[in-house]
Amino acid sequence: MLEIKGIYKTFNPGTVNEKRALNGLSLNLNDGDFVTVIGGNGAGKSTLLNAVAGVWPVDEGSILIDGANVARLAEHKRAKYIGRVFQDPMMGTAATMQIEENLALAARRGQRRGLKSGIAKAERERYREILKTLDLGLEDRLTSKVGLLSGGQRQALTLLMATLRKPKLLLLDEHTAALDPKTAAKVLDTTEKIVTRDSLTTLMITHNMKDAIAHGNRLIMMYDGRIVLDISGQEKKALTVEHLLEQFSRASGAEFASDRALLS
Amino acid sequence: MVDFINALPGAVSQGLIWGILAAGVYITYKILDIADLTVDGSFCTGGAAFVVLFAGGANLWAALLAAALAGMAAGFATGILHTVCGIPAILAGILTQLGLYSVNMAIMGMKATVAINVTNPDVLDQLLVSLRFVQDVAKGARPLWRHPIFVVGLFTAAIIALLYWFFGRELGAALRATGANPNMARAQGINTDFCKVLGLMISNGLVALSGGLLVQYNSACEIQMGRGAIVIGLAAVIIGQVIFGKIFRNFALKLLSVVLGAILYYIVIQAVLAMGLNPNYLKLLSALVVAVFLSVPYWKGKYFSKPVKREGAKHA
Repeated sequence: MLEIKGIYKTFNPGTVNEKRALNGLSLNLNDGDFVTVIGGNGAGKSTLLNAVAGVWPVDEGSILIDGANVARLAEHKRAKYIGRVFQDPMMGTAATMQIEENLALAARRGQRRGLKSGIAKAERERYREILKTLDLGLEDRLTSKVGLLSGGQRQALTLLMATLRKPKLLLLDEHTAALDPKTAAKVLDTTEKIVTRDSLTTLMITHNMKDAIAHGNRLIMMYDGRIVLDISGQEKKALTVEHLLEQFSRASGAEFASDRALLS
Repeated sequence: MVDFINALPGAVSQGLIWGILAAGVYITYKILDIADLTVDGSFCTGGAAFVVLFAGGANLWAALLAAALAGMAAGFATGILHTVCGIPAILAGILTQLGLYSVNMAIMGMKATVAINVTNPDVLDQLLVSLRFVQDVAKGARPLWRHPIFVVGLFTAAIIALLYWFFGRELGAALRATGANPNMARAQGINTDFCKVLGLMISNGLVALSGGLLVQYNSACEIQMGRGAIVIGLAAVIIGQVIFGKIFRNFALKLLSVVLGAILYYIVIQAVLAMGLNPNYLKLLSALVVAVFLSVPYWKGKYFSKPVKREGAKHA
């Protein structure tokens, strides 16, 4: 499904701030894989997701989605295959537009946008139904501006938008990190439901080791721009946080350095 | 005072013409979140294209259409400089504006002023709007429907209706999303560069159209006519927003408030002129008006902020 072969990315090359963020990383995802990604600060987790999404081009390597190399494709063209939820709740929605307008934009992801109506009447009913599944009361506020919603509501809405048209690949970049624990749990719960319902191939970054272990069928850990651990199947089900930390230091020869990951 | 009241119909007419420019500025400044300085050049480009074609015997509507197309070309240039060449939007606009000075001179055959021969009644009758019509209607020499307020008012209504329609389409929504949140727009597969170029083209097309109308109104095109046009456009947008922002929520009404802002601006200008201000101080006055209206929301937010009521926070 997703095939990443030896990608490299260096930021600010040739300056004192040079940072090799991706270091020949390779990764294969099977159809329906739900992969959680963990790693310390600066390990390259977000860089990996941005590379796949096409925020900037990679320096080297190829990225194949269903056999097609997208490594040179512009971000908006890759959106055809990819649904994304960002860490910052402000980033995934347009605050000055209505809830239904945001959904209508997402419903046309990867399609030609012409002079047809921005929202067809029949769509509204569908949006109302889908919003009901969130259980946040948003179904009665279709015409409210998204800027009026709380961070949790916006993340839940972004999640709906990312999956409204079934994506070949869902990228979740610490999408619960900016939320309070209760809201985070709820958004994560919704994520699990949607990913399972549509059997979406998913890459989910999280800073919470427990979440990384509890969700998905596969867990990868990154260090220094590479994948140092790849655990799936029965082995993943049996994982504990202590076990994971121990495996990490064996694989990387370093301590797991993430202030947030250890505190949470 | 009598002078002022007598000058009111003229002020409103001019305000309406500038209102079309202001609607164009609204598209870049408010919808795309770009301060586009191309306006100072493309306003005159529209006027120049119109006056040269019309004086050359072209049909009035064809000349107006050509004026709008010339403005769109100017917007296209700024858009390409900004998106393809990566030049910051403000600088891209300044570059186009500077270059347009030469282009405008060239269009006008290297003359700083080209006049429409309104002493010829045949030519005058063809015009859509003219300062003379204001006087003629007042004297009863022309029917009321030839009054610029009525003609430009209709024009403006048609433009607002068209823009309202367009921004409700898929493409128009993509444009709004590009301005509201480019990250989100790209993640939803919207080509934000294309949207920015398109928005700049529509905006400058309107600006040039407004220039074509003002040239008719003044019966001459003058190379300096666009100087400070962006400031007047911004003034209209901001005045409209400050005064009508609370009551006008609908998009069409917001565009209307921009036009009303332009009219109010011209009434104020007319009032200070009637009080005996030297017209050479008008530019300073315009700059001050915009500066004050731009700082009001900022100061309000800084020192008089009320707690934001968050609808539905209980769900979070």
